[in-house]
Amino acid sequence: MFKLWTTIVKDVRILLRDRVGISLMFVMPIILVVVVTSIQNSTFNLVNKNKLSVLICNTDTGQASMQLIKSINKIGMFKVSLVPNDKTEKQMGDAMHNQDAMLGVIIPSNFTVKVDAKSKSIAGKALKSFGLDGDTVKKAGDVDPLTLYYNPILQESLRLSVQGGIRSALQLVESRETLRSLYFSINEKQLPEQLENEMLNNNTAINEIPVSKDGTRATPNATQHNVPAWTIFAMFFVIMSLGGSIVREKVSGSFIRLKTLPTNYWVGIISKQITYLCVTLLQAAVIFSMGIWLFPYIGLPALNLPSDILALFIVTLVCGWCAVSYSICVGVFADTQEQANGFGAVSIVILSSIGGLMVPSFAMQGFAKSAANFSPMHWCLQSYYSLFLEGGNLRDVVKNIILLLIITVVLQLVIFWGLKRKKLI
Amino acid sequence: MAVTAPLAIDIENMGFHYPGNADVSFSGLNLQVKKGERFGLFGPNGAGKTTLISLMTGLLTADSGHIKLLGHEMGKQNNSSTNKLFGFVPQDFSFYQELSPVENLEFFGAWAGLSKPAIKRRTDELLTILGLQEVRNKQVQKFSGGMKRRVNLAIGVIHNPEIIFLDEPTVGVDVQTGHAIINYLHELNKGGTTLIYTSHQLSEAEELCQQVALIDGGKIIAQDSLHKLLHDYKKESLEHLFLNLTGKDYRN
Repeated sequence: MFKLWTTIVKDVRILLRDRVGISLMFVMPIILVVVVTSIQNSTFNLVNKNKLSVLICNTDTGQASMQLIKSINKIGMFKVSLVPNDKTEKQMGDAMHNQDAMLGVIIPSNFTVKVDAKSKSIAGKALKSFGLDGDTVKKAGDVDPLTLYYNPILQESLRLSVQGGIRSALQLVESRETLRSLYFSINEKQLPEQLENEMLNNNTAINEIPVSKDGTRATPNATQHNVPAWTIFAMFFVIMSLGGSIVREKVSGSFIRLKTLPTNYWVGIISKQITYLCVTLLQAAVIFSMGIWLFPYIGLPALNLPSDILALFIVTLVCGWCAVSYSICVGVFADTQEQANGFGAVSIVILSSIGGLMVPSFAMQGFAKSAANFSPMHWCLQSYYSLFLEGGNLRDVVKNIILLLIITVVLQLVIFWGLKRKKLI
Repeated sequence: MAVTAPLAIDIENMGFHYPGNADVSFSGLNLQVKKGERFGLFGPNGAGKTTLISLMTGLLTADSGHIKLLGHEMGKQNNSSTNKLFGFVPQDFSFYQELSPVENLEFFGAWAGLSKPAIKRRTDELLTILGLQEVRNKQVQKFSGGMKRRVNLAIGVIHNPEIIFLDEPTVGVDVQTGHAIINYLHELNKGGTTLIYTSHQLSEAEELCQQVALIDGGKIIAQDSLHKLLHDYKKESLEHLFLNLTGKDYRN
């Protein structure tokens, strides 16, 4: 134990004197997590909290188009601005650009006339089918289409929901006109407003409840997504210090002396594992603390820790050990520090990409989705998401932990084989 | 009946070659070094000195024959029992430049199997003897070449080994440091430590070594006491003897 302890003290001393290594392991991930969370938080706010600006060019002069605009306003997801009714397609595009609007709608000039004609026709058909007034049915054509302009950066899912919203507004206008025609034909007087509202307004409430494993109803935000993800990236980025340190030791004269001493080099490897495992735990503690206490001061949502802190600690420990094992593995096989740093950095970026740190793995398709399973970062991320976003507990992440442990044990075996093959132990 | 001194090193019929490289190889090599001797191993560049020291310290494994250190066969027993017997002072600086002499000695002392109090005692002794007390807590990377050589030596002897292998321990140092190191090696030898020494500084070697072996092309071409070799070959110095036996051509 004394040998191991002395070796750990030696590794810690060397690490503390390696300012570049410490910067890479702590400062860089902190900058990354703040920058990426800030950017994503702005996007989250744009999509989730801000209303979409829509310019409406109403070339119609009737009531139906006014009601349509009113209905679009009522949907709640749009900030409606009216523009003069003489816009061409190009002018509409320019107006959208000038007013920073994502959407533009042109209501055709004969909209009210066409809606009115269509509603009367449908009302006539209805009366005929009731056997009340069969002779009054007049044929009417379709209402001319509305033209929807959109900024191409608008996500397809959002564009489809916009379309759905406008359609429902349109439906409401047409239904109201049909209902009014029907009522007038039967009663020869206007449909009372209260009855019209009762018939058309859907008052059935929709209760929205976020589903989480622990029953909490906190909505995930950019912080909950990014802090765990970039913590994992930081843990694996210890390769820049650890991989290089192993290569430095191997190629320096000190390793020759170590081989002639009555102590197995495996002690050195265990010491590095313990030292750098503590580094990864410290990284997690620092980044999580920043998320909890610093983020609110810089206008970002605060990080909410999962309720199962023991599970969080175990996941962090296993992720850290896996990251350290990977770094040592690269260090054992690399012959130069350039090899260790170059391969290390590139492989971490690739593993994080396919692991879902940069693009969510649920958004991946085909090969990329299958490849995610081979990235230890994917399983780290799944564990953290289960705890941070879904309110899971230890039982929910056991499968991921076992998979991470299997990957880690395989890496340890590869390290042992590499050390034997290179006659280092 | 004559009493034979016990052997510190006994190499018998040893064969070795680097895989894929026939430049340096040994075949049927025999070498005996008595316990307590100051033994010099000399030869031109590429003669096989460092390879032979690597074989004696277990850094390389012989293909055939055997190498015994104080009766313990290298490679046949576990490293921890044979590696305790010797200390190694490599030609390159073999320590952590980021650490101080005390921190280096603490770490290498532990790996050499010493207890914490023993490390502390030996560290104080060695730093005093080698004139490093004043810089004991400074990072070695800021030291001069001579100071680094002394740290290199201190680490190699911290565990009081019975045999010390010294691969050019004074290369690149000033006269004062070289002298201090050689004096310290004499002191160690007086305490019974066997010294196996290689160097290209033959005047220094004449001062230190009792027995010498000249090696070239993986073969020992001469081995005896320095006095007897100079007498037999009618040479005034080790340098003349060396040039006479190994020639004056450049070596790679």
